[in-house]
Amino acid sequence: MQASQHAAHAGHHEDDSHGHGPTGLMRWITTTNHKDIGSMYLWFSFAMFLVGGAMSLIIRTELLSPGLQYLSPEFYNQMLTLHALIMVFGAIMPAFVGFANWMIPMMIGAPDMAFARMNNWSFWLLPPAAILLTASLFVPGGAAGTGWTLYPPLSIQMGIGMDMAIFAVHILGMSSIMGSINIITTILNMRTPGMTLMKMPLFCWTWLVTAFLLIASMPILAGAVTMLLTDRHFGTSFFNAAGGGDPVLFQHIFWFFGHPEVYIIALPAFGVVSHVIPAFSRKHLFGYTSMVYAIAAIGLISFFVWAHHMYVTGIPLTGQLYFMYATMLIAIPTGVKVFNWVTTMWRGSLTFETPMLFALGFLVLFTIGGLTGLVLAMTAVDIQLQDTYYVVAHFHYVMVAGALFSAYAGLYYWLPKWTGHMYNEGLGKLHFWLSMIFFNIAFFPQHFLGLAGMPRRIPDYAQQFADFNMISSIGSFGFGFSQLLVLVVVFQAMKGGAKAEARPWDGARGLEWTVPSPAPHHTFEEPPPFDPAEAHG
Amino acid sequence: MAGQSLTPELGPTGAAAARPLPRAVGNRRIVAGLLIVMAGSVLFVAVQPGLYKAFCEWTGLYDIDRAERIAASALPARRVTLEFDANSHDNGLRFRPEIASLVASTGDIVHVTYRIENTRDTAVIGQAVPSYGPQHAGGYVKKLDCFCFKQQTFAPHEIREMPVVFVLDKKLPDDVNTVTLSYTFFEVPAGSVTASPKPAESRT
Repeated sequence: MQASQHAAHAGHHEDDSHGHGPTGLMRWITTTNHKDIGSMYLWFSFAMFLVGGAMSLIIRTELLSPGLQYLSPEFYNQMLTLHALIMVFGAIMPAFVGFANWMIPMMIGAPDMAFARMNNWSFWLLPPAAILLTASLFVPGGAAGTGWTLYPPLSIQMGIGMDMAIFAVHILGMSSIMGSINIITTILNMRTPGMTLMKMPLFCWTWLVTAFLLIASMPILAGAVTMLLTDRHFGTSFFNAAGGGDPVLFQHIFWFFGHPEVYIIALPAFGVVSHVIPAFSRKHLFGYTSMVYAIAAIGLISFFVWAHHMYVTGIPLTGQLYFMYATMLIAIPTGVKVFNWVTTMWRGSLTFETPMLFALGFLVLFTIGGLTGLVLAMTAVDIQLQDTYYVVAHFHYVMVAGALFSAYAGLYYWLPKWTGHMYNEGLGKLHFWLSMIFFNIAFFPQHFLGLAGMPRRIPDYAQQFADFNMISSIGSFGFGFSQLLVLVVVFQAMKGGAKAEARPWDGARGLEWTVPSPAPHHTFEEPPPFDPAEAHG
Repeated sequence: MAGQSLTPELGPTGAAAARPLPRAVGNRRIVAGLLIVMAGSVLFVAVQPGLYKAFCEWTGLYDIDRAERIAASALPARRVTLEFDANSHDNGLRFRPEIASLVASTGDIVHVTYRIENTRDTAVIGQAVPSYGPQHAGGYVKKLDCFCFKQQTFAPHEIREMPVVFVLDKKLPDDVNTVTLSYTFFEVPAGSVTASPKPAESRT
């Protein structure tokens, strides 16, 4: 035992005092500490969130009234494409990778991620990709204006900005794959003795499945955009109908990646909520085992439903029926999860601190988004609603009110552990209520716009859509600016505030609460004893 | 990491069974497995273009009128009497079909020639307009080529033979046993001559 302790210390070149490690900027560039890297992921994703958010406000400014006011249609297309790519690949995904980096080793009692240097590399790949994406706005022809789906033939015809987007996707894919390899290896191989897979915190389970989805689906996206690249520059005709290719093939490949991607974003969000709701209900999570199976089922089914994005491409009736029923099938494991969260709260001793508010907001709004998803799954309905604002409303309910609210729940939940201070509860609640109200003002009217037939991705619209668009734009400005409150809350908590205890939430379970707040730079250099009372199930 | 040997002495007794391998070895095995999964994905996407093409050819999924063609070819052909008619509106043209009627099978390609003669000393510009008896049979006469598609100019005393080629659709309703194809030649008044046919006249 002593020998291994000695060896463990010798293996680290820096200790808690940072006396020997690089300082200043180099500390962050060279760090292999999972907590540092987790923080960098979170800051990066928040910066990207602001950039992508600013783009969405530019879009909503143009849509404030009918007609073309401020933007050219080309620039509008570039804005909505970059907004989507930056939010999906730059904001939401890195945010949850940040949570994974910070929390997974602390949840399973591991000293760090399995491949600490690769972890550094997977983070530092992100800034170049972000620079490629944003810089593409300033090259001749501007950024990609195809929508985030990058459908040919348009994506074959775009300027050099498209190539930059393709390379950015390559780099982001590499980063995700390295991150996933790290996470899976850490979870499978570095759990503290006694913590079996079925006693593991649910956030780790969601990330385990997510990481598998990433490893299986990211190469497919990379392949699809590589084929786009060769179609554009090397004379191939994978998707070019003039050369015997088929643009619909791209849609198949893209959505074979794209649908798992939806769950890559949603599953870690489920994981966070599965921690927050039991903590503030002061109960064990209801139905832990069924939660695990539901996660696995969602992950598996997500690979077999891709063509529900393609009902109007002329797929045969049999295909439409299959994809319709398969898509509806996902509602079953998702329903299991929603009911388990609700049952967890049943007769719980509930309190409504900010993390719980965001988790409940997630629960309500994600369920609405899930239900509109079921509506869209029905072929007959989807043919009417394809490419309308109904779809925009649907995926913003699952992406923003789902993933983003859950990320906020996690942020407020673990912020005391990260900073050592309690955040400003009043500001946190204000942030929640502003977000909740303005989100619904922004996106709920878009359901009506879609049902009335307003097409998405078009900068102008008919007169009869004017009122709802005005409401939606006002809501989006309110939502956008109220997100700046998070910065205030986080800076306040970093600078000072009430001292956080090791376990600031009395109902919280898990190994991360057994270390002091703020969490020391190195934790669990020796695997901690596993206390079944800290288990989630 | 390399310095860490986490074999049996770790943790409380019995718990060591949860981690049978030294961590570094276990890590390497997991990464190898994950790289295989990734390689499988790369391979999967690499074979997609070929697989997709083969799949589409095999099932005919993306050949969108294939089902219609199969359904049409499955219908039995039947014999239908075709009658041909021609009228001109006192414009100095002598207009008649080469044959007054014939019996053809649905699905066959039918060629018929119309003959037109300008009896005037001046040029005549005009266009033939088709009509069908019974009227609803018109939708089943699929014209491949017809003199009625274009305006015609006839020099003084010119005689011209003009073709119409069509297929009678197999979906022709059962109660129709005779289809009459009738053309009326209208003179286009001088001054309103257009270079291209009007949309209504170009229908098949």
